[in-house]
Amino acid sequence: MTTVEEGKAHVGFGRMLRKEDARFLRGKGNYVDDIRLPGMLHGAILRSPHAHARIRSIDTSAAEAHPKVKAVVTGATLETLNLAWIPSLSHDVVAVLATDKVRFQGQEVAFVVAEDRYSARDALELIDVDYEVLPPVVDAKRALDPDAPVIRDDIEGKKDNYIFDWEAGDKAVCDDVFAKADVVVSQEMLYPRVHPAPMETCGAVAWMDPIDQKLTIWSTTQAPHAHRTLYALVAGLPEHKLRVISPDIGGGFGNKVGIYPGYVLAIVGSILTKAPVKWMEDRSENLMSTSFARDYHMRGEIAATREGKILGVRVDVLADHGAFNNTAQPTKYPAGFFHVFTGSYDLAAAHCHVRGVYTNKAPGGVAYACSFRVTEAVYLVERMVDRLAQELGVDPAELRMKNLLRPDQFPHVTPTGWEYDSGEYPRALQLAMDIAGYDELRREQAEKRARGELMGIGISFFTETVGAGPKRHMDILGLGMADGCEVRVHPTGKAVVRLSVQTQGQGHETTFAQIVSEVTGIPAEDVEVVHGDTDNTPFGLGTYGSRSTPVSGAAAAVASRRIVDKARIIAAAMLECAPEDLEWDRGSFHVKGDPGTSKTIQEVALAAHGPMDLPDGVEGHLDATCVYDPPNLTYPFGAYICVVDVDPGTGKVAVRRFIAVDDCGPRINPMIVEGQVHGGLADGVGMALMEAIAFDEDGNNLGASFMDYLIPTSLECPSWETGETVTPSPHHPLGLKGVGESATVGSPPAVVNAVIDALAPFGVKHADMPLTPAQVWRAMHGNPMRTDLAIQ
Amino acid sequence: MRIEMNVNGRPMAAEAEGRTLLVHFLRDTLGLTGTHWGCDTTNCGVCVVWLDGKPVKSCTVLAAMADGHEVRTVEGLEGESGLDPVQEGFMRMHGLQCGFCTPGMMMTARWLLDQNPDPSETEIREAISGQICRCTGYENIVRAVRWAAEHPQGADESEGVNA
Amino acid sequence: MQVPAPVEYERALSVEEAIALLVKHGSESRLIAGGHSLLPMMKLRLARPEVVIDINPLAGALSYVRREGDELAIGAMTRHADLLASALVSEHAPIIAEAERVIADPVVRNRGTVGGSLCQADPAEDLSAVFAALGATVRIRGPRGERSVDIDSFHTGPYTTVVEPDEILTEVRVRIHPGASSAYEKVERRVGDWAIAAAGAMLQVSGAAITSARIGLAAVGAEAFRAPRAEALLSGKEGSPELFAAAGAEAGRECNPHSDQRGPEDYKRHLVSVLTERALSRAYARASGGAAR
Repeated sequence: MTTVEEGKAHVGFGRMLRKEDARFLRGKGNYVDDIRLPGMLHGAILRSPHAHARIRSIDTSAAEAHPKVKAVVTGATLETLNLAWIPSLSHDVVAVLATDKVRFQGQEVAFVVAEDRYSARDALELIDVDYEVLPPVVDAKRALDPDAPVIRDDIEGKKDNYIFDWEAGDKAVCDDVFAKADVVVSQEMLYPRVHPAPMETCGAVAWMDPIDQKLTIWSTTQAPHAHRTLYALVAGLPEHKLRVISPDIGGGFGNKVGIYPGYVLAIVGSILTKAPVKWMEDRSENLMSTSFARDYHMRGEIAATREGKILGVRVDVLADHGAFNNTAQPTKYPAGFFHVFTGSYDLAAAHCHVRGVYTNKAPGGVAYACSFRVTEAVYLVERMVDRLAQELGVDPAELRMKNLLRPDQFPHVTPTGWEYDSGEYPRALQLAMDIAGYDELRREQAEKRARGELMGIGISFFTETVGAGPKRHMDILGLGMADGCEVRVHPTGKAVVRLSVQTQGQGHETTFAQIVSEVTGIPAEDVEVVHGDTDNTPFGLGTYGSRSTPVSGAAAAVASRRIVDKARIIAAAMLECAPEDLEWDRGSFHVKGDPGTSKTIQEVALAAHGPMDLPDGVEGHLDATCVYDPPNLTYPFGAYICVVDVDPGTGKVAVRRFIAVDDCGPRINPMIVEGQVHGGLADGVGMALMEAIAFDEDGNNLGASFMDYLIPTSLECPSWETGETVTPSPHHPLGLKGVGESATVGSPPAVVNAVIDALAPFGVKHADMPLTPAQVWRAMHGNPMRTDLAIQ
Repeated sequence: MRIEMNVNGRPMAAEAEGRTLLVHFLRDTLGLTGTHWGCDTTNCGVCVVWLDGKPVKSCTVLAAMADGHEVRTVEGLEGESGLDPVQEGFMRMHGLQCGFCTPGMMMTARWLLDQNPDPSETEIREAISGQICRCTGYENIVRAVRWAAEHPQGADESEGVNA
Repeated sequence: MQVPAPVEYERALSVEEAIALLVKHGSESRLIAGGHSLLPMMKLRLARPEVVIDINPLAGALSYVRREGDELAIGAMTRHADLLASALVSEHAPIIAEAERVIADPVVRNRGTVGGSLCQADPAEDLSAVFAALGATVRIRGPRGERSVDIDSFHTGPYTTVVEPDEILTEVRVRIHPGASSAYEKVERRVGDWAIAAAGAMLQVSGAAITSARIGLAAVGAEAFRAPRAEALLSGKEGSPELFAAAGAEAGRECNPHSDQRGPEDYKRHLVSVLTERALSRAYARASGGAAR
């Protein structure tokens, strides 16, 4: 039977099977919960049953008396270590264990360390917490009412639940454009709270070696270096005595960017017990307490001429940040990159205002493949364009085609300040329409409507903004968003590339080898990728916001080019010619006009390590490093078309077809790109049709298990139809743009637009996600529900 | 209590509490960490193993209930002649990304093909509908199972790996 | 992952042994068959029996679907997958096959049992509605002997049945009526989810006339999972789209659903109407030979 190892050498970009699969296929992956250390203990967290309550007292004596319990930690314990509160990623603080109050259901209250995981959970039942239940703030729209309970009374002088106001765009210019427009359409919409819910929950194993005082943390992190620095800053631990290892990660989607109390507690547990401590959250803990996404209440307005020329978009947002402001976005941007809501269109003006508030819900806000609120932005503008089409009575594809930015308008500076790098938008939309057979679909729809059947066609055109980012503009807690890379070519011409980013399924062990291979000509099979271990990789901020390829991929490309540059000098010395007399044929140099006189990169590598005298100023060996500070973000884009059928009797939606044309620049490995697109499309179907976390009036989380938080299965997903166009980024060394989140960003509005289109015979203009059968039926009857609250 | 079971063709025995879940017995007691867990409510299916020849969710079986029975896990898929065609199919069709749901998906796929060597796309989707994948959108899992159906003996020697 | 509280494990090799163990351990013991209702409850620590009595060894004796005279006999340990695969079931009670196709998921169906589902008595349990529509009888054995209970008096409330703590449900029996057929309709938020609402119908037809009608409803708070007023509308009438719509509307009015995250009350009532109408239409067509399977 053929195996990967027997395949022919693979150089550069193209379809290549994944290196990492060999272990995953055999059940030999190494995820955090697979780690077993001698003497390892197990931790479990006691969580608050209440959304808002004052802690009167905590009695841990019975738990401590449990024969298998080694330690019980409360907020009081942590206060003595100055660890009860840690800085959030957004200039707020987060409680590790509650000291004064609990502020959301599921908040961490106590931590038990025991000999095994079953006993640790048993002991949680022995802890007695006396709560004084307080009225919660559940509805974000009521958070700033004068009589609203104050959630964050830990902040001195805090008398309300206000966090921030933020604006982008020129309001006066925008208002003027709106005042003069023929047509203005407005629409309120909610992007409900959803959850990344990777199949592997979050967890950590912490081991503070008492002899050399070195702390090693194996944890589910997408950003091992950022975590290490934050641990150093928070705990005052010396950074050189801290090692963060991110082993195999069972999916991240942004859920594994932040530092959760559980990680800190595993560390504290190890320090207290002098043993390795493992903490793995269960699914309910994951859904209740770790970073959610979205929760944006938006009011959008779109202005246009009567002929359908879009002039401007403006938005007012109420952002529900939960009990602590712990979003993980660049410091300058409290609403992330939401101001890319101008979308893919040629606008005269745009303006947004975002107000953030506290509620008694879990903190977070950017997780889930969202590229820093780009998901919300794309949903807003793509719904607004469809609303305009509806109002003007024109086909939504035609309206988009008329208003999309033209290729000659790039680079394009938007009214909110982004500089889109490159794009051929109409080409992508036309391709999607061709694959879909758009005109034929519209004919079919008309026939079905005549028979009373409900069929809908939805379009979404998105522009992503990824690859954060230029460090003069973008940092997280003062750490600039540049990433390092080291490439070392061994004497025999094999290579190792060390990265700051960390794969959670994206296939970095394969694609980064292909990047090095693309530049150096060394077969990808011969390039080992090292990542996910702060002791063995250069500093960088990690993998999220689709930034691995645009930032670290660029770093790998530049470092590889430096290898080739150095190899050229050495090859010239070997061939006794001038470097500029050599031609590079990816993998070897030959003397111009003499193809027979050549040196391969492997021969050069051996020479670089050998006894030969190297030219002046050239050190031996064949290594290079790069710290890549991207000059701009990259702007992948795409055109999506969704076809749905709605059962008029039950409101049940079936996604019949989904066509996705993505342009992410050149594709390192088309197989992997397509796979990532597929996954994002399923995410979009999930968010549009079933995923949401609502809260009842007491602040109880109504989506706290996989019985209640529904993720699409194989039967809700159609067979995806994909297409591609290629528009390279002018500033990335290899023209790459990144693709990880494109489909998650682009697909929800296509599904929603399709469903609303199907309901046109009922005069439906909008209904909020998730479009469950009940919500669709209610929309058909003019009474759609709020999807952030309990259904009454 | 002492629990004995045949796992992947080999007799295994260990002490465990009556409440020990089969998934924990396999992972923590026997060290077979290829089988994962992902929820509390029998919904996600990353823990699927075979019990007496049928796929079951091992988070919802007590280890004691498997005492004296036969269990097959992902570690038992590869044969002496190499990867099972299902494993080969998942690799070639990119049926996995993070790898977390993969063992359970492959165990169900193997069972499906044993029952129905030529399943349609719909039959494949039905068979894996109790198992959640967050990465692939299922498309390539379906293709992987179809590949295995079309290559019951695995790949031909002539077929390259990286097309 | 959440894990059960400490529990003692016992294994019964016969029905008699299961009953003896129930008697021995008293009301803090629970039978465990497929375990797909009980174990999740134990993990969440909503159920914490002191002893679980594994009755999977009884599968040899209690896993069967067979025809006995004019009845279908279904052993309590029959797994959902086996019920779904049964040709006898498809022929005589298509409602069961249609329900089984949408109960949980294929892997869960490999393990979960008919008896376990009935005894869990979840208000959204599909089989409760199915057997209500079929007018089934259940057989129960205990230290005081064996008894048969009509499905209509089997449930005593949400999650409770007439099965005493020392008893075991052994069999479900369904009458095969000449000229009868059945159908099941369910809407769920996603495959594998519990029903938002579900409706099953069993109609006996003579010529064009409906001689007997039973409707089973799941997840909508229907008394004994039935819709008696809707059934009364049907008896003795000739089947027609208008009649089925009227019966559906009546079922929607007489059930007692509550709003929850699956849907608001008004929607659930509407759904009951639509699903009842659809189940009746299909059952009627089948019984009349129009679209029999």
